[in-house]
Amino acid sequence: MSSEPATLGIRDSYTEKYGFHDREQAVFKTRRGLDAEIVRQISEMKGEPAWMRDYRLKALEIFEKKPLPTWGGNVSAIDFQNIYYYVKPTADEKKSWEDVPADMKRTFDRLGIPEAEQKFLAGVGAQYDSEVVYHKIKENLEKQGVIFLSCDHGLRDHEELFRRYFGTVIPSTDNKFAALNSAVWSGGSFIYVPKGVHVDVPLQAYFRINTRDMGQFERTLIIVDEGAYVHYVEGCTAPTYSSDSLHSAVVEIVVKAGGRCRYTTIQNWSNNVYNLVTKRALAYRDATMEWVDGNLGSKLTMKYPSVYMMEPGAHGEILSIAFAGRGQHQDAGGKVIHAAPHTSSKIVSKSISKDGGRAGYRGLVKVAKGARDCRSTVNCDALLLDEASRSDTYPYMEIEEERVTIGHEATVSKIGDEQLFYLQSRGINKDEAAAMIVSGFIEPIVKELPMEYAVEMNRLIQLQMEGSVG
Amino acid sequence: MSQTPELLVRDLHVAVEGKEILKGLSLEVRKGEIHALMGPNGSGKSTFANTLMGHPRYEVTAGEILFKGQSVLEMEPDERSRAGLFMAFQYPVAIPGLSVANFLRTALNARLAPASNGDGAVPARRGIAPREFRALLQEHMKRLRMDESFATRYLNDGFSGGEKKRAEILQMALLKPEIAIMDETDSGLDIDALRIVAEGVNALAGPHLGVLVITHYQRILNYIKPDHVHVMVDGRISISGGPGLALELESRGYDWVREGKEVTAP
Repeated sequence: MSSEPATLGIRDSYTEKYGFHDREQAVFKTRRGLDAEIVRQISEMKGEPAWMRDYRLKALEIFEKKPLPTWGGNVSAIDFQNIYYYVKPTADEKKSWEDVPADMKRTFDRLGIPEAEQKFLAGVGAQYDSEVVYHKIKENLEKQGVIFLSCDHGLRDHEELFRRYFGTVIPSTDNKFAALNSAVWSGGSFIYVPKGVHVDVPLQAYFRINTRDMGQFERTLIIVDEGAYVHYVEGCTAPTYSSDSLHSAVVEIVVKAGGRCRYTTIQNWSNNVYNLVTKRALAYRDATMEWVDGNLGSKLTMKYPSVYMMEPGAHGEILSIAFAGRGQHQDAGGKVIHAAPHTSSKIVSKSISKDGGRAGYRGLVKVAKGARDCRSTVNCDALLLDEASRSDTYPYMEIEEERVTIGHEATVSKIGDEQLFYLQSRGINKDEAAAMIVSGFIEPIVKELPMEYAVEMNRLIQLQMEGSVG
Repeated sequence: MSQTPELLVRDLHVAVEGKEILKGLSLEVRKGEIHALMGPNGSGKSTFANTLMGHPRYEVTAGEILFKGQSVLEMEPDERSRAGLFMAFQYPVAIPGLSVANFLRTALNARLAPASNGDGAVPARRGIAPREFRALLQEHMKRLRMDESFATRYLNDGFSGGEKKRAEILQMALLKPEIAIMDETDSGLDIDALRIVAEGVNALAGPHLGVLVITHYQRILNYIKPDHVHVMVDGRISISGGPGLALELESRGYDWVREGKEVTAP
């Protein structure tokens, strides 16, 4: 172990398990860089209605005008003119894995997607670079009126419904990266769950980057109608390249009265990906929105899923795990906005840093004037695995109403020598002991996941922990 | 008695942060024997226990520790454990989020599977079948009069003093060491808990196990009967004797050991 060069040991087996790449075989690729011509080209390739093309062009102007954020992580090194903004992998998306090109199918096989679909999913979308190459939902759900499509097909097949909600939760003016996504978006999921329909098993989307120097900009729009329920899960990985990739998604969710939506993310990008994502949900009367956000990969993640509680009885919940190893910065957290009285929210954040990594919590609790009798609790715990690592906590509070109950607790702890010694004294080696302590630390969140994802999360933690204590 | 003792400690010197605590301790423990190591506070008892197990804070400056004829000084604590050494902790630490069952299964499997110590390779897991493990765990918990729900609780997290010590004995029962060191296992226990813990140790004692009971008080020795008693003062053993020595200490205190070394125990 001591003879290894210092550059090795950074998520070594990531490269083997996820960091591989296929031969590039895109059927179409825009030239490097971004301008109005490229945006027009993307829109034209997709055969979109004129309103969407114009929306994109307007968003591009907004993107160009907005300055880069100077808070959070360092995004100044992103070379926006070196990126491929649209890489179309196949002629069209398929409903059968047999029809997906062999290379891509093999990739998704290695990632275990078709197997998971068979075992425990109600529907799967698989995106490869800019487009969804496979998409399918179980027939019985389709019969109940559940729509689960790629976002492009959502626009094509359900334009009226799509247009009513698209860009209403996160306008392109929201922030620079939301503007960028609005200009060049491609792929992602469109979901509509009709009144009273419960989708009992999860729908999953998997996002895979293959091409070097590309940006992936999927767009997701989820509408959960009154009294309906859905659990949507997204996973993602990318090849390990020496140059940086950009992933910038926008996720908009509307949960109507009495509905419930759970959105689980297991983000496992390779360490050369900038992951700058805007996620927001509106929850109406007695509706519940839950974000379960696991961030393990990427070079830099800036992501703060938010819930706007619009009417009384709405509940928002954000469970966030961030794990930063060497060269990684996870600026994660969440925002809850109490816009109506009698609403409640909970944020639980667990961040882990090792090998000089930086993981933190950045969150906002906002209670609007007149939103009386709201309750909110925030718990953020940080675990540092060594002296070189860093944890930051930025809990913002904007409370404009007096009759509210707000709780906030934060802890920072170091992985203890005594804990390691105790587990080691039972025959468990040091790496595994450290992984067990970390798994225990995130257990309160992991236990909320369906069993298969809990297993996956713990497996990914093990992977992160390899060779981490000397 | 003729064969080499499983645990052989010779002229052991140990320092903590540069300060010498053990100053030439020698001791032999064989399988089948029960030894009591007694001594006043600050005499180095816990230092000795932690050094045997390989706590990184304790630095061996001279002497040797042989376990089954092999020096353990270069071995990590987990290697010592898998070789057959065990220590019941005076203050077991809590690991929130890690269930007792999950912990014990991992510890047990670490003995069955080849270890990957630090090289990053994931060992091929064989290990015990989940159903078999559950049955084994239930059986041992029953013996220690532990509730079934104990298995799903987080390790030592919010345990009472008695629960912690029983959990230590449970671990010992499952891991089947050859030499077990009980570091002040009696501290903080009421008489009922002490009896249960002592019964647990007695049930495990026998020809395949050597036990070293480290204690300040004679009380636990009413329940665990030692074959040999050693008294430690200022970093080394000053007297060794039979069971009667413990009783003598109880009535006379430690001062006479400190003052006169001429006493020979019965």
